[in-house]
Amino acid sequence: MSKTIEIRWHGRGGQGAITAAKIVANTAFQSGYDGIIMAPSFGTERRGAPISTSLKISGSEINDLMPIERPDIVVVLDHVLLEEDNVTAGLKPGGLLVLNTPKKIDDYHLPEFKLAVVDITAISSEAGLKKGVVNSGIIGALAKASRLFDMDLLLENIEKEFQGRKPGENALSAKLAFERTEIEEDK
Amino acid sequence: MKRDKYKVITSNSTHGPGDAGRTGSWRVERPVIDYEKCTPAKKNKAACHLCWLYCPDGVVTKEIKPQIDLEYCKGCGICAEECPTKAIRMIEENGLPEKEEK
Amino acid sequence: MKIIESGNVAAANGVKLARAQVIAAYPITPQTPLTEKLSEMVESGDMKAEYIAVESEHSALSVCIGSASAGARAFTATSANGLLYMSEQVHWAAGARLPLVMCVVNRGTGAPWTIWNDHQDSMSQRDAGWIQIYVNNHQQIIDTVIKAYKLAETVSIPVMVCFDGYYLSHTYMPFDIPEQKLIDEFLPSYHFKHTLTPESPENLNTVTMPHGRNDAEGAWRDGYMDIRHSHYQEMRQALRTFQEVDSDYSRLVGRGGDPLMATYKCDDAEYIVVVMGSLSNRMKDIADELRDSGTKVGVLSLHVYRPFPDEAIREVLESARGVIVFEKSISYGAQGQVFNDIRAALYSGKKRPFIHNYIIGLGGRLIKNDDLIIAIKNSKSKGEELDNEPQWIGLNR
Repeated sequence: MSKTIEIRWHGRGGQGAITAAKIVANTAFQSGYDGIIMAPSFGTERRGAPISTSLKISGSEINDLMPIERPDIVVVLDHVLLEEDNVTAGLKPGGLLVLNTPKKIDDYHLPEFKLAVVDITAISSEAGLKKGVVNSGIIGALAKASRLFDMDLLLENIEKEFQGRKPGENALSAKLAFERTEIEEDK
Repeated sequence: MKRDKYKVITSNSTHGPGDAGRTGSWRVERPVIDYEKCTPAKKNKAACHLCWLYCPDGVVTKEIKPQIDLEYCKGCGICAEECPTKAIRMIEENGLPEKEEK
Repeated sequence: MKIIESGNVAAANGVKLARAQVIAAYPITPQTPLTEKLSEMVESGDMKAEYIAVESEHSALSVCIGSASAGARAFTATSANGLLYMSEQVHWAAGARLPLVMCVVNRGTGAPWTIWNDHQDSMSQRDAGWIQIYVNNHQQIIDTVIKAYKLAETVSIPVMVCFDGYYLSHTYMPFDIPEQKLIDEFLPSYHFKHTLTPESPENLNTVTMPHGRNDAEGAWRDGYMDIRHSHYQEMRQALRTFQEVDSDYSRLVGRGGDPLMATYKCDDAEYIVVVMGSLSNRMKDIADELRDSGTKVGVLSLHVYRPFPDEAIREVLESARGVIVFEKSISYGAQGQVFNDIRAALYSGKKRPFIHNYIIGLGGRLIKNDDLIIAIKNSKSKGEELDNEPQWIGLNR
């Protein structure tokens, strides 16, 4: 594959969006994609503040280290960011928007994009994680909605990354999220 | 001597909240003042006001009953740490952003 | 082993593989994760070194100077105003001919405060007598940190490994961590000629006269200028030495080449873009794009900036119609530093291409592909008519 897949992640400082993107980056790399760039938003990564990180995946080396302007996929760890930050900026028409939200898919009206929703906040509590740990779960939702990554490899990498920090619970959260993610039909 | 006029440009700002945008949404914990314990409120006169003095964002007022501007308070907890009578507690922002939706 | 990590972690792994014995650093954005990683490695016992926490950058380099004088392999890292704060010791370390390695994680200098990237910080120390190497990606960071020790210890001159703050320091990409046993073979432990020990006390770097003199034992002692001249000579020779170091490294590790500079499609290029650091990567895409529309563009990515490889640069650039230097720093009141050095290198050439200077990306100002393309097209159409005043691009956004 020579086309670059561009995934932009939006979360809050401390939510672990960068860790999640790193797990996906490693998984893509292990699956044979040699071109991987993960560029976090720079300078304002303070607890609670909106942050984003750019993950680019390609079959060949990527030379452009700049933040993603035209994402194929946008992943949002906190649905309130939808109002607070312009998270869909530049998202390609028909592009995938993966959202952690307690709301239902019909509560949203985003006709330009393909929406995938799941309540990771509830799922992670169910999986035995501390309230607000949503970064492992969202990976499961991305895997389900994008069909780009091998779920078993992702789970393996989640357990590795969270070694000593409830690896089993984090993997379970991702698994449950994978199962329960609701996706709008293809656009 | 004829000179071109260039403006001297430097980077300056004035004190007060809002220099970094609406930072209230960053809060994980919210400060709550118990006026039963708060020195100026209890004595009903200007006193103490260490919360006002120490707040790095200038969001605490220097009133008899100090007020905290939650629009900009980042929830750093310095006021609670400095309060000599432990009148300020940090409580969890329960799903903070949702509160606006009520 | 290939991993995906940040540029700061790549640098820390290089320091670990080089078996640095003393680390002294003061945290400053965007260098902080580099020193945090090293302190973790030392704390966990993963790395056998002394981590000395200091209260300032001046002290950080002072500790390295003391450690190296006592025979230890030492490392520090800093950025921006931290580098400026240690400036006195930067000059001292070079004059004392200590084989230190320092990473400068490039950041703009205040005032006004900025934490974002440009090259003004390391440029301000250009004439301190250190070797300066600018690298473009994580693989080059880890490899160059290791090679820098070999170079520093061969020529007795400290080396700065400069890499872009955030663009490299905080960005994650894959890179290979070479095997320790290969690096041990490449970089054996080093024995200093003058090692300060309690058994043989010495005064180091004492006052020198404007002239040479005979010491108490009647031996000839060089004066200041002679000492400086030998530093200069070794510095010039370091260009060749680094090429040898690089070929040793690539023989063992299987990776290297182009130690002084990397060229991309320069052979038939009408216009050659000169750039340092991470922007070099993107410039290759832009050269390809411009070639698709019929403009033959090449890219010269300069790695070793001091000593300045003027002959090698002249050889590449001489045949072009125009040279376009994009620079993230400027000598206020004059032009970009790299521009002026390259212009000087071209002066003694048989042919002299026109040369233009564009100032970009100061304090992290966004550099758009269009900015670069428009600038190159501007240079192409104006040619010799455009003067030597640097053109500032990307203002007012």
